[in-house]
Amino acid sequence: MNSDYYLMSPGKRFLHKCKDAAVGFGRGFCGFWVALGRGFLRITRTCIDTLKQIGVDWWHGDLATKASYFVLGLSHIAHGQIIRGLIYLALELLFIGYMVAFGGHFLVMCFENFFTGGNIGRTETHVSDVWDDNLGEYPKIEGDNSFLILLYGILTLFVVLFFIIVYFISIREGAKLEKNKKQGIKPDNFARDLGRLSDDRFHITLLSLPMLGLFMFTIVPLVTMIFIAFTNYDANHEVPEHLFQWVGFKNFVELFSMESKLGNTFWRVLGWTLIWAVLATFSNYFLGMLLAILINKKGIRCKKLFRTMFVSTIAVPQFVSLLIMSKMLDVDGGIITQFIQSVFGYKMQFGLDITTTRIAIVIVNMWVGIPYSMLMCSGILMNIPADLYESAKMDGASPFHTFVKITLPYMLFVTGPYLITSFIGNINNFNVIYLLSGGGPGDLLLYTDGAKGTDLLITWLYKLSLGADRNYKLASVIGIIVFVISATLSLMVYNKSSAVQEEDSFQ
Amino acid sequence: MKNSVEKLSGGMRFRRIVGNTLGHTVLSVLSVLWLVPLAYLLVQSFRAEPGAWSPTFFPVTWTLDNYVRLFTETKFLSWYGNTFLIAVCSCFITTAFSLSVAYAFSRIKFGARKPMMNVMLILGMFPGFMSMSAVYFLLKVLMPNNFQSLLSLIIVYSAGAALSYYIAKGFFDTIPANLDDAARLDGASRAQVFFKIILPLSKPTIIYTALTSFIAPWCDYIFVSYIMSGVPDTAMYTVSLGMYKWLEREMIQEYFTTFCAAAVIVAVPITVLFMWLQKYYVQGVTGGAVKG
Repeated sequence: MNSDYYLMSPGKRFLHKCKDAAVGFGRGFCGFWVALGRGFLRITRTCIDTLKQIGVDWWHGDLATKASYFVLGLSHIAHGQIIRGLIYLALELLFIGYMVAFGGHFLVMCFENFFTGGNIGRTETHVSDVWDDNLGEYPKIEGDNSFLILLYGILTLFVVLFFIIVYFISIREGAKLEKNKKQGIKPDNFARDLGRLSDDRFHITLLSLPMLGLFMFTIVPLVTMIFIAFTNYDANHEVPEHLFQWVGFKNFVELFSMESKLGNTFWRVLGWTLIWAVLATFSNYFLGMLLAILINKKGIRCKKLFRTMFVSTIAVPQFVSLLIMSKMLDVDGGIITQFIQSVFGYKMQFGLDITTTRIAIVIVNMWVGIPYSMLMCSGILMNIPADLYESAKMDGASPFHTFVKITLPYMLFVTGPYLITSFIGNINNFNVIYLLSGGGPGDLLLYTDGAKGTDLLITWLYKLSLGADRNYKLASVIGIIVFVISATLSLMVYNKSSAVQEEDSFQ
Repeated sequence: MKNSVEKLSGGMRFRRIVGNTLGHTVLSVLSVLWLVPLAYLLVQSFRAEPGAWSPTFFPVTWTLDNYVRLFTETKFLSWYGNTFLIAVCSCFITTAFSLSVAYAFSRIKFGARKPMMNVMLILGMFPGFMSMSAVYFLLKVLMPNNFQSLLSLIIVYSAGAALSYYIAKGFFDTIPANLDDAARLDGASRAQVFFKIILPLSKPTIIYTALTSFIAPWCDYIFVSYIMSGVPDTAMYTVSLGMYKWLEREMIQEYFTTFCAAAVIVAVPITVLFMWLQKYYVQGVTGGAVKG
């Protein structure tokens, strides 16, 4: 920000801020792709370096080391680490066995038509031409299950990747062992090797189980679903009765198109998701901050009691508090609807009219969310240097001025990252939308594929993953889009907080 | 300074009194507003009249029948047991996993540390639910006979625990590294440092992690509804799934007051737990927020 900023009128300042935010978002978005590219570059460079290193090792190595390029572990065995060498050998045999018996077949089946856009799997479930006397009918022949083939294919891809890593590590180790032996350094025996797992290699012990869990139940499924976005897997291509096909970027093109009904639905849902995230984040943030300031004000008694009363809504499980809220707002006989009707004579159309439902959801979300931001803000408010306030008071500043000139800038400065994190949280706020309105009310003229008037991308994704509207390919595409949005925003946080570290001062 | 406060002019004092009264009034009104829905839930659980909708806030006749019915006629007790079992197991696994990962990333500077942290950062940005249909198939492959079981739910809730290491790592980072170095100079191994020095110092973060992972299964609807979709045996449900079904259009007239009673039974222990450990919770939240 330059010094001209301080000479601007408030209106211009606001415009300036908006421009800043837009530039920040653009930078975040570009940064996302730049980071992606840089990551790939770094991986490639590491690979090339490793290959070079291995070439050098081959040049200097003796016969056992050279042989260990083909039979893993030979160098270890020849240079005194017999058990470790045998383990590498066993790993290689296991890998070859796995690929021959199982993995190779699936890898080929899965990716043979990847670029040409054909079936995943070869035989579809069908009725045989040959009459079976025992059954008294044409027998049904089970075909391939495209989804399982994809899943196994990806699993095998990872197995290959792991083996390549093990391969390079073992060769590097073998070469180093040989060098050490030439210099007369004794290699570690196996017991000592194991002992290091609780000492300088303790991270391997600590990380192996958590990473296994992460790999099996997060990484493999996630990568599978990312690949699903490039297939036509939906209710019409349900496994195991049917095969599904690779289709390239077709799903993305269809979803982004401005003309088709699906495209229109997508842009509508995306628009409401962003509006919702802005409304929910800022209403909670500013009102929560005001509440925190009010509670922390000098002269207010029973601070703890008040705080506890507000926090109780956080403590009650959301599915309880939100479900009871949705029933209180119910148009048939909810107590709040009845109350409003008897006092104001207006019948609230919650769940029937899109705009009413949206407004009601934002208000209920304040009930849920303000205590959170109140809690957070109270903690930070107490850290604002008291002398700032004292000097402001001496200069005769009004409470309003103190708020605008001291409290607000300080809070924004400290909680900037939190604001963006909670924005991302709201984009993914499944509970509030789904438990309150179920995404409804629907409007068949405006929406298609199960989406409804208050659906966010994330609740739409949920509906597309099960039930009558299931459409896995679309769900995956939407998941990827949510990821790109979150990643862009996170990069903005990252840039901001690194800027904070450089500035290191708050004025 | 103290003198000057006492010598405030009458006008100032008057303004302060008005300000404080106004503040107290606003806060009282707001906190009542905040508690109204929860109070509604509580009083409706004692309502004797049948049906979903009551014209009055308070019931006309009060009764304990809803609670009696909850434990005698419905499967609530087995849902409660299921959820408790899942919560305890996933609490242990999650705490162990995220503390181990946090310590490894905080203290041991191994080669793959940065790339691993980056990959985990990226994984965390995908919506957690996106991969559910693949997880569903994966569980089906691994446990063909009983994949719609409590074990599956425990796996779903705790397998990704490694991703939630941030808060614990933030805490470990604040413990001076000199402590580790000194112990290691005296011949302690990394494992000994972790178990004998770091863990005993980390009570707040252990409690925070255990608390959030214990509460998660009680509050989750999305994952359990997906894993258990199409299960005919309702005794396998958790509280959130079973209670959600009670509010569906076909059942709400019969079960609304039972739902309220069940909600009270579920909410009371969670609320008490939360209030008791609020201090740690606030530390966790603000710690994470300021670091970003």
